[in-house]
Amino acid sequence: MTDHSSDIDSVSGRSTTGHEWDGIKELNTPLPRWWVICFYLTIVWSIGYWIVYPAWPLIASNTTGMFGYSSRADVAVELANLEKIRGDKMVALGAASLADIEKDPALLALARAKGKTVFGDNCAPCHGSGGAGAKGYPNLNDDDWLWGGTLDQIMQTIQFGARSGHAKTHEGQMLAFGKDGVLKGDEIVTVANYVRSLSGLSTRNGFDAAKGQKIFAENCAACHGDAGKGNQEMGAPNLTDKIWLYGSDEASLIETIGQGRAGVMPAWEGRLDPATIKAMAVYVHSLGGGK
Amino acid sequence: MNKTVNPNDLKPAGDVGPLYAARKKVYPQSVSGTFRRIKWTLMAICLGVYYFLPFIRWNRGLGAPSQAVLIDLPNSRFYFFFIELWPQEVYYFTGLLIVAAVALFLMNSIGGRIWCGYLCPQTVWTDLFYAVERLVEGDRRERMKKDASTDPMKLERISEIVLKHSIWIMIAWWTGGAWVLYFNDAPTLVKELVTFQAPMIAYIWIGILTTTTYLLAGYMREQVCTYMCPWPRIQAALTDEWALNVTYRYDRGEKRTSVKKAAELRALGQQVGDCVDCYQCVAVCPTGIDIRNGPQMECIQCGLCIDACDNVMTKIGRPKRLIGYDNDINIHRRQEGKAPIYRIVRARTIVYSAIIAAVGGFMVYTLATRSLLDVNVLHDRNPVAVKLSDGSIRNAYTVRLLNKSGYDRVIAIDADGPVNSTIHVVGVDSVTPDRPMIVIPRDSTSELRLLVTAPADNNPEKSIPVHFHVTDIGLGVVASATDNFVSP
Repeated sequence: MTDHSSDIDSVSGRSTTGHEWDGIKELNTPLPRWWVICFYLTIVWSIGYWIVYPAWPLIASNTTGMFGYSSRADVAVELANLEKIRGDKMVALGAASLADIEKDPALLALARAKGKTVFGDNCAPCHGSGGAGAKGYPNLNDDDWLWGGTLDQIMQTIQFGARSGHAKTHEGQMLAFGKDGVLKGDEIVTVANYVRSLSGLSTRNGFDAAKGQKIFAENCAACHGDAGKGNQEMGAPNLTDKIWLYGSDEASLIETIGQGRAGVMPAWEGRLDPATIKAMAVYVHSLGGGK
Repeated sequence: MNKTVNPNDLKPAGDVGPLYAARKKVYPQSVSGTFRRIKWTLMAICLGVYYFLPFIRWNRGLGAPSQAVLIDLPNSRFYFFFIELWPQEVYYFTGLLIVAAVALFLMNSIGGRIWCGYLCPQTVWTDLFYAVERLVEGDRRERMKKDASTDPMKLERISEIVLKHSIWIMIAWWTGGAWVLYFNDAPTLVKELVTFQAPMIAYIWIGILTTTTYLLAGYMREQVCTYMCPWPRIQAALTDEWALNVTYRYDRGEKRTSVKKAAELRALGQQVGDCVDCYQCVAVCPTGIDIRNGPQMECIQCGLCIDACDNVMTKIGRPKRLIGYDNDINIHRRQEGKAPIYRIVRARTIVYSAIIAAVGGFMVYTLATRSLLDVNVLHDRNPVAVKLSDGSIRNAYTVRLLNKSGYDRVIAIDADGPVNSTIHVVGVDSVTPDRPMIVIPRDSTSELRLLVTAPADNNPEKSIPVHFHVTDIGLGVVASATDNFVSP
């Protein structure tokens, strides 16, 4: 670098920085001094930053800074604050009756939001993220309920489950008529076809309706009722509607009658707090099928 | 105009050498004339609007803010007289920014840096601060003398300095004070501020704007335009040969010499310019440049040199506007003895005006025709459709209703989905079956869960459109949204 103070550009008459590229020189246009001072100040500032905040990586950790700041701790504080804000509202939710929650738009919105989150975490593995269900796992959007679809009944099912082992759980199961030797093979086929006929589905050629009705009355009507309308006290499904938890085709029905069914809904009491269970009951009820 | 200079003839000037230089303080002299009057007027208008606008009241009814211009951050609303904007209408601001940018281009293509010279807050406040400085410390010469003096300061000088900075800080404080009034009810906030009950954030913002105003208008001044602002660079790239800029008209002849010498030379029949080299244009310049060197990036085109030069030209009996709004084309035409031509209306200005008219017109149209009742519908994704025990099909939707008006609305929801379908809103027991009615409070949104059920004997095809109509049953206003009804 040449001495820029004596290198004068002949065209403009101004001094150059001494930098030259293929004969083209850069004129010296001085920066304002305050600008340079600001630049040095930012360097000083950065040193202060190193001291105050976590900055330098060490072998296993990093410098923590004077105030021990960490963004993770910030998140923890924010989350705690959020819980606190929700806490007040959740208390209100816990205090209100189920029916009142559905009538109060603010509480309904809160219960639906809270219920949706909790549903996603706890219920979605079986019932699906939107409660659409799957074979053996009821669809919670429809109006067909094994154990009842009122707010109270839904809440009871969530609290205590079905065949869950809880003292207050729903009991009752579909017996294995074939496996236990109660019905013979052809009897099972006949009653399966009879059950299909209850909801207007097609039946096998040569199907003896009278025989089917007799078998049904002797073996099934105790739980499912004479007309096959089901019984929510025992979780016995309505056999005359269009909704089939394990399938309505003949093979599925033969399997159901022959092997029995006993799906388990866990009890959530003790695992989730009462207000949360309430919120979930309201959420499930509001999916659209609630009575 | 450049001519080769022998380097040996040049002596290094004072600023040659360091790569960094201290600012050379500018001492603009007072001047009177047309452009000065325009600048005073615009300053009064701009500052008047800025300082007093928050105090204008506007009745929006009970429960709504009564301030004409208000940015209500906690409630996410922007109020401008009869207009109220919600966050989702932020595109109006985008439109406003487009209009503002193109208006800047239009100003530039007509009269150069009109924004910089007359309207920019940096110019307006700097001009005000210079006026205070002049009032307290005297005009250019006095100020230069006082600053250059090495004598120990006397009480009078100290009190002058204290007074000047006190007035500056007061103006700066008022600037910050007016700023926060746009974000809260002005009379209430003023009361809170003086009784020290205002929120801390208000004091912090006043502090920030007081500091920036004091520093930028009191100390940084023309350096903001020269070093910080991008517009001078953009302006230089956007200008064209027809744009009128503050120009020294060298067609009025060279050389520049004193009145007396010029008269002698004219008597001898020699060429002399109108410029008498009085340096008045340099003395009044707030950026400290010499306009006679041609267009420069530092020049904010405030027109004060035009006033200064006109005053001198009048005194010595030469025609005015030796410096004026002009361009190179006309300078060359005059040199060739032709009449100057001015093209304000040309492709560039027409296009800019058309863009402003189109964007502005579109904004006004959408604003005038926008509905104050709106509905958005979102179909459930999982499950998309539900089969009920009687074989009917039900679809669920999340419906968001927006009531942007200043009163509660009673609305009814209709949906023309599949034949004989019914609708139900979760949590609403409507007295009118299949036509749910809901109250949406003023200036708010409501989210509902809406179910549409198609009977079993009339299951629609895979997917058919559903139109949701939301009717304000009192006023008959209708908002609509379309979604689909899906079969499993």
